[in-house]
Amino acid sequence: MAQFRESPQESERASEREQEQELISEAKPVDQSLVTETDDILDEIDGILEENAEEYVRGFVQKGGQ
Amino acid sequence: MIFDRIIGSETEFGVTCPARPGANDTVLSTLVVDSFAAVDGGRSGWDYEAETPLRDARGFEMSEQEAHPSQMTHRGHVLTSEDIARELIEETPDTVNPAFWESAVMNRVLPNGARLYVDHAHPEYSAPEATNPWDAAAWDLAGDRIAAAAAAAIPRRYASTWPDPVLLYKNNTDNKSVSYGSHENYLVPRSLDFQRLAAGLLPFLATRQVVTGAGRAGIGASEVRPGFQISQRADFFERLIGLETTVRRPIVNTRDEPHADAERHRRLHVITGDSNLAHTSAVLKYAMAAAVLTLIEHDAAPRLDLADPVAAMRATSHDPTLTTRLELADGRRLTALEIQREYAEAARAWADRDGVELRPRDRRLFELWFEVLRDLEEDPLLLADRLDWVAKYALVKGYEQRGVGPSDPKIQALDLQYADLRPERSLYSKLVSLGRIRTLLDEERIDAAVAGPPEDTRAYLRGSMIARWPEQIHSAGWEVLAVRDLSTDRVHRWLMDDPRRLTRAEVEEALGRAATAHEAVLALGLETVS
Repeated sequence: MAQFRESPQESERASEREQEQELISEAKPVDQSLVTETDDILDEIDGILEENAEEYVRGFVQKGGQ
Repeated sequence: MIFDRIIGSETEFGVTCPARPGANDTVLSTLVVDSFAAVDGGRSGWDYEAETPLRDARGFEMSEQEAHPSQMTHRGHVLTSEDIARELIEETPDTVNPAFWESAVMNRVLPNGARLYVDHAHPEYSAPEATNPWDAAAWDLAGDRIAAAAAAAIPRRYASTWPDPVLLYKNNTDNKSVSYGSHENYLVPRSLDFQRLAAGLLPFLATRQVVTGAGRAGIGASEVRPGFQISQRADFFERLIGLETTVRRPIVNTRDEPHADAERHRRLHVITGDSNLAHTSAVLKYAMAAAVLTLIEHDAAPRLDLADPVAAMRATSHDPTLTTRLELADGRRLTALEIQREYAEAARAWADRDGVELRPRDRRLFELWFEVLRDLEEDPLLLADRLDWVAKYALVKGYEQRGVGPSDPKIQALDLQYADLRPERSLYSKLVSLGRIRTLLDEERIDAAVAGPPEDTRAYLRGSMIARWPEQIHSAGWEVLAVRDLSTDRVHRWLMDDPRRLTRAEVEEALGRAATAHEAVLALGLETVS
C-alpha cells in the first residue's frame, strides 16, 4: 500500500478554517434596484428569446444518452 | 459530519449545430471535446481498463449478451477516430477530410481533475471527486464553463472545415422522446446492505425534485404533450431497481463500479437527477443526498415506504402546486414536500445528537435546506429566485397571464434556452444578471474550479500531474494514472484506489521536488497495476 507522510494537523485545520470563511460567504441578496415587475422581466426575456421559437424548438433533436 | 462524503457528478450536454441540421451528434460531440485543446493544451487519454459497467451491486454480473449496447462503456464506448471518420464520411461526404479526423481527441483528462469526453451522442463532463456538497457544486458548475469554452473554440479551431457554431445545453431532454443524464456519484461503505440502502433512498429520490428539479415544458416520455412539470427526468423512469441507465431506467441504479477499493467502498450511482444551473438547486442536490445517505448508514432515516415510487415520482413532477398526496404502504398519504421535510428533520436531529459542533459551511447547508422547505410550504413561487424549476415556472405563469399558453412554441423555447450554455443567450444567466436569481458560489470560486482540482482528494494528484506533465501522462482513470517513464519510454499504470488520499497536503512536496512524472509517482510510493 502507498505510504504517505502525515501532514501537520494544526496547519491543516487553520487552512480549513480559512477556506470555510470563503466558502460560506452569504448568498448574494437580490439587488432590489434591479428587481422589476414580472411584465418587465418578460420584456427582457422576450428581448433575447430566439425569434423563430417554432424552428428553434423543432431543430433541437438529440440521440439518447445515459 | 453529516454532509461529508466523496461526491462526483456527470453532465451530458445536449448538442446541436443549427447551421447544419441533422449533423451527426457524435461528430458534434467530438468537435467539442477536441476543441478543448484550443482552451488548454492537454492531450492525455482515459484509462478504460478499470471500468466494469456490467457488475451489479446486488452481487452478480450481467452477461454481455444481455446488456444493451449503450451499457458497454468498457468496450463499444471507445470510439476511435476511424469510427468517427467512417460515420462522418457516410453522413456528410462533402465536408470532411478523413485525415483531419485521425487526430481528433475524444477523451480528455483535465487539469482540474475532471474528464471531458464523447459519451455516445453527447459531450460529457465528469467532475473530479469532491469531499463535500459545496465543492461538488463548484466543480459541477465549472464543467459548464469548460464545455462552453470548448464549444466556443470550434469555429476557431476548425475555421476551414467547421466554422458553424455548435451549441450546448445543460438540460436532460429534447422534449421529443429522448433523455440524457445528469448523474451523481456518492461513495458509500461496502458493508451497508444494498437492499436497505435502496429502500431508504426510494422515497427520497422520488420526491426530492421539489428542490432539485430543473423544470420542463412538456409532459410525457415518448409522446410529449404541452404542459409544465417540475423535473426534466421524472417521466423517463420505469422501475425501482436495476442496472440500466439508458433503457427501462430504474430509480435506484445498481451499477457497482466503485473506482476505489471494492472491499471497502461502493459507488452509489444516482441517475434520477436533473442538471442544475441555479446554485441553490445544485448545492442542495448534493447536500440532501449526502445527508440522507449518512442517515441510512446510521439507521436513522425516516421509515417511509411509498406504495408506488415510480408513479409517485411522476405525480410529484406533474404538480407544481405541490399539493398531490402520495400513498404510503402503511396507508398514510403525504405530499412530496412532507416527505422531504421528514428527511430534513431527521438529518437535523441526527446532527444534533451527533454532538459534534457543526462547521459554518454545514450550518449554512442546514439553513438553506430549511429555508427552501419553509418557502415551498408557504408558496412555491417564493423560490423563483433560488430554484431552477420555480424560476422557469414563474416565467411560464407570466406568459400565461399574457395569453401565451403552454402549447405556444415560445414556452418550449423558453425551457430550452434557459439551459443554453452561451452566457449571452442563456435565460438562466439573464435572470442572474437581472438580479432575479441568487447565486451562492462567487465567480472566482467557480473559475478556480475550472483551473484546478479539489485539494482534498486524489483528484489533486490527477489534475496536478496533467497540468504539469501533460506529455508524460499517457492516460488516466479515476483510480489509475498511466505514466511514461522517459528513461525507458515504458508506460506504467499506478494505482490510487482511495479517493481521500493523494491530497495536496500529501503530495505537494513530492511533486515540487520531482523532475518528471515518473519520479513523482515513485516518490509517492504508489503501487503499480498491470
